[in-house]
Amino acid sequence: MGVSEHSSKQPSYWSTLSSVLGPFLALAAVILFFVIADWLKPGADTFWTQQNFLTIAVSTATVAVAALGMTVVIIAGGIDLSAGTAIALCATVLAWGLKTDVGAVFHRGSLEQTSKQVAELESKVKRLTDDLKKLNVLGLERGQAGKRSSLEVTLKTEQAALDGAKAEVARCRAWTAPTAITLSVLTGCLCGCLNGVLVSTLRVVPFIVTLGTMMIYLGLAKHIGSETTVRPILGSIPDWLQNFTSLLEKALWRGIPLGSWRGVPIGVWLTFVLAIGLAAILRYSVFGRYVFALGSNEQTARLCGINVPLTKIAVYSFAGFFIGMAGLYQFSRLSVGNPTSGSGLELRIIAAVVIGGASLSGGRGSVVGTLSGAAIMAVITSGCTLLELKNPIQDVILGVIIIAAVCVDQVRQHRIAR
Amino acid sequence: MTTLLTMSAISKRFGATHALKSVSLAVPAGKVLALIGENGAGKSTLMKVLSGAHAPDTGEMTLSDLPYRPTGPHAARLAGVSMIYQELNLAPHLSIEDNIMLGQERSRFGMLDRSAQRRIVGEALNKLGHGDLRPETPVQALSVGLQQVVEIARALVSNAKVIVFDEPTSSLARDDVQHLFDVIRRLKSEGLGIVYISHFLEEIRELCDCYAVLRDGESVGSGDLGGISNEQIVALMVGRTVDELFPQVPHEPGEIVLKLDRLCGASIPKDVSFDLRRGEILGISGLVGAGRTEMLRCLFGLDETRSGQVTIAASAPSQSPRARIAAGLGFVSEDRKTEGLAQTRSIADNLTLSRLAPYVNYGWLNLSQRRQEVARWMRVMEVKAASQDQFVHELSGGNQQKVAIARVLHQGAEILLLDEPTRGIDVGTKSQIYRLMGQLAAEGKAIIFVSSYLTELLAVCDRVGVMSRGRLKEIRPASEWTEEDIMSVAVSGESSK
Repeated sequence: MGVSEHSSKQPSYWSTLSSVLGPFLALAAVILFFVIADWLKPGADTFWTQQNFLTIAVSTATVAVAALGMTVVIIAGGIDLSAGTAIALCATVLAWGLKTDVGAVFHRGSLEQTSKQVAELESKVKRLTDDLKKLNVLGLERGQAGKRSSLEVTLKTEQAALDGAKAEVARCRAWTAPTAITLSVLTGCLCGCLNGVLVSTLRVVPFIVTLGTMMIYLGLAKHIGSETTVRPILGSIPDWLQNFTSLLEKALWRGIPLGSWRGVPIGVWLTFVLAIGLAAILRYSVFGRYVFALGSNEQTARLCGINVPLTKIAVYSFAGFFIGMAGLYQFSRLSVGNPTSGSGLELRIIAAVVIGGASLSGGRGSVVGTLSGAAIMAVITSGCTLLELKNPIQDVILGVIIIAAVCVDQVRQHRIAR
Repeated sequence: MTTLLTMSAISKRFGATHALKSVSLAVPAGKVLALIGENGAGKSTLMKVLSGAHAPDTGEMTLSDLPYRPTGPHAARLAGVSMIYQELNLAPHLSIEDNIMLGQERSRFGMLDRSAQRRIVGEALNKLGHGDLRPETPVQALSVGLQQVVEIARALVSNAKVIVFDEPTSSLARDDVQHLFDVIRRLKSEGLGIVYISHFLEEIRELCDCYAVLRDGESVGSGDLGGISNEQIVALMVGRTVDELFPQVPHEPGEIVLKLDRLCGASIPKDVSFDLRRGEILGISGLVGAGRTEMLRCLFGLDETRSGQVTIAASAPSQSPRARIAAGLGFVSEDRKTEGLAQTRSIADNLTLSRLAPYVNYGWLNLSQRRQEVARWMRVMEVKAASQDQFVHELSGGNQQKVAIARVLHQGAEILLLDEPTRGIDVGTKSQIYRLMGQLAAEGKAIIFVSSYLTELLAVCDRVGVMSRGRLKEIRPASEWTEEDIMSVAVSGESSK
């Protein structure tokens, strides 16, 4: 994955290989450190457990997915400060979509109405069943037989109506979630597209442009959420989405544990799938080559006939897709759409990419590195908690690591510009 | 003749690379010593040792018969050894006076003593024949030639005994070069020792008194310039006799492939018109700022064209590099560091960046197919590199330029626009490039060759045009030009006929 193509022997190989493996080795070192610290600490060893690693994976999933998109942006020589608020916007859009049943466009039913019907019918059926039971318990008296059979008939009809209504609800629900999710991911892409258009047409650095869009997306999210958190009806959230990043044992559905496969939440699997896909695109597609060329030297790219503005728009839009996905993850963790839940995320996202060995001046970066970077941050947080270190210490450690990663990059740049 | 500075048996290794092997150098007082060598011969490393940036592994240096062991560039300057580099070390926003006195200010009780500084600066500028420069002028308002004078003045103020000039004329116009020579002659008469590093043998002949040649980190020859010919110098540099500095490959011009009709850019060029034939090498000469690079960039679609027609094989492609590449144009930029090549990418990436389509299968790149093609091109162009995945910035200047040219050939360009393709390249690679240009012309490609080096233009091109102040003044067959003629048209804008 990433850029390295061969086993090392030559100077360039070493450099690329070390920049890809480096963060991974750093991750291993950090894990080792905490394992030892945990072992030395009195009490049960809880760090090196499947549960702990799953917790780590799940807690960092949102950042990791968004960091995949940010990797592309940073390799291309740009940066996106609006990532955090855009994620919140996507999560809010998703919540809003579920709440207001955007799928209605397709299923042409009314989820609200039908759900009410179901509730009414359920209470009716319950009442009838209770009445029937009372009758049976009290025993059959003359004249009661007719009442009982009429009750039974009524019960059957209402039960059928209930089943019908439930089926209708399920049909509607089948449309609601996918529509809302598509809308949410599309929002992410549009956010990215706007960033890309502004960066390529205005002569303003991406840092400032995305600083501006960061506030715009925050405002949009608050507007959609009517300045509060959007809480969709729990019933409208599909179970798989609820369990997307959850670690709790969930009820089985047709014998399959929902939301996880082989004990690992689907969300984590999806992160790896996205990562593999992105690594393939970066290495084996023309777009990937253009991204690296653009970040390494924009003038050279232009000279070679690459359409620089279009490529920039494509880069930011592509990253927007990952932002949309991250919004999905965010929603899954919170089950609500909170417009302010993204502020500050962008710094963690960028930190993950930078710790992973990408150069902020463009032209370098790898998927393995970014995932390692995200993992390192999560491992440190988790390890510090396990060691009962206070929060401020965690923040300081993270800050030190970020500075160290950027220093390493500077040293490498220095060696290039001899 | 007193010897001012000696370097004896200097050796320096960097890991596995043996950059200097027991090199010795003697700089006499009041003379100009030419330090000659190909790129990679060890000249810069030797100068870095001299200026204190590197400490030698073995060897000794003496300055005015006293041991000289600088701990860094500042210490070297204090001791009297000043370096003037190709990229000038000036603070553009500061004034002449501030720049000259930078690091050696005169102060009284902690406050700047401007009157003392004025006096010192005035003296230094006078010695250099520039007493008329006003010390308050911000340096960025000066021409490159005058900026160089400011740096030399700074060296004088620091009581330099030895001044080293590293490729000072690469970006200077002819006038400024003569000017610099005058200044250097003045320094000579003051008794300073000058070390002059340059690729241009004619300049060395004109200015220098003695020479020292480095090859592969060793001193291979030194002495008086009067007693050696240019061919012998080149032979020492390259280690073999270069049969021809300008190898000729016979080629015949064919039909017209490119037509420029009154091309005007945003400010320059103005009204440039000419025809280019298949199999022809057209040279474009002119002073720095005459509009040669701007004309090529307009032609290639990199810069805006205000008016005028560009016709390539009967079609007029639109104004973007992409369209011009598709029409068969290929452009090699004069600045391979910041534009021509993506320095942090591999050779393979740079070589194929302008045409990746042939390697795309079902939307994905077939990297192994690309690997084969790149390997073939590297063989054809004789690019010396450890592998095609090496980063371009690790190659020497000559090999980098070969990669830039290879890219243009790989994309299938039929009309090549070469902007100073041999700048900063060693003699051996230069002659390879001249031979390559001849071969390409023989194959039917058309070449526009922009250069400031008149000797190579007249030797390699079929026709030479001269630009002045944004206009193309005259085109003649190369045989009908002399260097003086070209210079007079370039300078005065008028034909000497």
